[in-house]
Amino acid sequence: MATITLKDLVKAYGLTEVLHHVDGQINDGEFVVIVGPSGCGKSTLLRMVAGLETVTSGQIKIADRVVNEMEPADRDIAMVFQNYALYPHMSVRQNMAYGLRIRKISKSEIDRRVQEAADILEIGDYLDRKPRQLSGGQRQRVAMGRAIVRDPQVFLFDEPLSNLDAKLRVQMRLEIRKLQQRLGVTSIYVTHDQVEAMTLGDRLMVLNGGYVEQFGTPIELYDKPATLFVAGFIGSPAMNILPGRASGGHLELANGARIEGGAAKDGAVTLGIRPEHLSADDGGQIRITVGLFEHLGANTLLHGTLEGTDAEMVASLPGHVSAEPGSVMAFSISRDLVHLFDPETDRRIEE
Amino acid sequence: MVENRPLLNLVSHIILICGIAIVALPIWITFVAASHDAVRMTQAPIPMLPGGHFWANFKQTLFGSGLSGGDIAPVWRMLFNSLMMALMIALGKIAISLISAFAIVYFKFPFRMGFFWMIFITLMLPVEVRILPTFEVVANLGMLNSYWGLSIPLIASATATFMFRQVFLTIPDEMLESARIDGAGPMRFFWDIVIPLSRTNIAALFVILFIYGWNQYLWPLLITTDSDMTTIVMSIKQMLEAAEQSPQWNIIMMTALLAMIPPVFVVVAMQRLFVQGLTETDK
Repeated sequence: MATITLKDLVKAYGLTEVLHHVDGQINDGEFVVIVGPSGCGKSTLLRMVAGLETVTSGQIKIADRVVNEMEPADRDIAMVFQNYALYPHMSVRQNMAYGLRIRKISKSEIDRRVQEAADILEIGDYLDRKPRQLSGGQRQRVAMGRAIVRDPQVFLFDEPLSNLDAKLRVQMRLEIRKLQQRLGVTSIYVTHDQVEAMTLGDRLMVLNGGYVEQFGTPIELYDKPATLFVAGFIGSPAMNILPGRASGGHLELANGARIEGGAAKDGAVTLGIRPEHLSADDGGQIRITVGLFEHLGANTLLHGTLEGTDAEMVASLPGHVSAEPGSVMAFSISRDLVHLFDPETDRRIEE
Repeated sequence: MVENRPLLNLVSHIILICGIAIVALPIWITFVAASHDAVRMTQAPIPMLPGGHFWANFKQTLFGSGLSGGDIAPVWRMLFNSLMMALMIALGKIAISLISAFAIVYFKFPFRMGFFWMIFITLMLPVEVRILPTFEVVANLGMLNSYWGLSIPLIASATATFMFRQVFLTIPDEMLESARIDGAGPMRFFWDIVIPLSRTNIAALFVILFIYGWNQYLWPLLITTDSDMTTIVMSIKQMLEAAEQSPQWNIIMMTALLAMIPPVFVVVAMQRLFVQGLTETDK
């Protein structure tokens, strides 16, 4: 297995730099998810590790070998593509064996490995079918099978679940996680879906506009988002971002509502409040004008605006709740659940 | 469109039957003419029903010297020449176009688009336009009266190159990337992935190009002087003028009939792939 080290990695197309000095280390056997909105450079980063994109400057190391100039086939990696990229004219068995055949591995060894991968993924029944005769989920498994038979040092996943329907996606997500834990292969997984990222990754690298916003465990990202972007990106529904002020031992929102407990420094701040941290409290200071409710069963999402302003807010309430649109509901929040950001730099204010 | 109107059905049937009659009548007359003896064919009116000399004409045309009085190769020899020419043109065009389209689509080299346009521009230079210089070159290379001379000048094809380029562009990039990760080099990728994925297009093009090659008239007429190298399409015309007597319609028509068989066979045999290759866009 292998450690992957990214050192001061830059990717530019002509004069346009799309990845800016990315650093990071992915430990042996670790599952790292690169997450970010579309166009943030996450796929580019993955493809650079795979060797499908050239490196403009910086270094990529896999298991202490600098691989910058190496052909993809020599990097000892396997990749699962978004559209699976199965060879349509080959049977499932041939698809899985193709890479091994090129490596001139003996017929019996190929058969053994294909059978083993097929058993792990439970695709033994359709080894002789063509990809077009398979459903989306089955193709997905075959694509993973093709990666497994190679027995590589690194797995790379490029949004492998985005073509599946919602239910299958949840199921395959768990399977990928189990499989990775069982095989213990260092993996990089690219997605734009933050739920997928949170559930799969040992650590998450949040990319935005080619910059690494934060690189840490899911809980770190949730509890201590380093930037406003991470705060808004991680967590569902998204965090409420409100302008406010810190002064004299309390925080004050735009409409004058106060949260007791001040900040390290007085002045303008940006407050981040997670919808699930707001608790209904008739005497609460945070009053929301009701817009509409989303009933999810286990909980209810209230969409509204902060009373007296037009700042949109979401609150997540347990159980079933309803109220007239236009009426006002009161909430409170404890000070240590409020995240503070510097409005100038959008970075977290450490406390 | 499903409609249930008896009158409309009747009208469409009449139109279709008229169409078939117009297309089929000349072929019928060819067949009828090929089954009478030479004398009957000189009398008016021409017969509309088959006569009894079909097999006799068939043997005389295919294996005999064909026409009496002329120094013309037996028809089986012409058929063989035509077949060789058509196959060499079709296969050669496909091979060259596949390779050049592969180079243009999958390799980055200086003036790539320049080369593409140079190939594309040759579309404007059919054989008829460049016939004198081409003849000069072929003659200097000593390729007159040979299969090479018949096929090589016609073998480069901008149309086929362009078509394969379009086909290759529909193959998803991931296929290439996936093959690279699997360790396939360019030629391996070409043989294992690109060719199988273009199978139906190759078949469709083969049909078109085979018929194109088979129907060549002007070029073979120019470069073959030896009667052993004549192709069947040009011979039919020569037969009309061959003998000093009146044209032997029964033999000429039999030759025409024989000349039709190989293209028809190719079309029928490859029909399914042909339609797939021209309509299928999904890879």
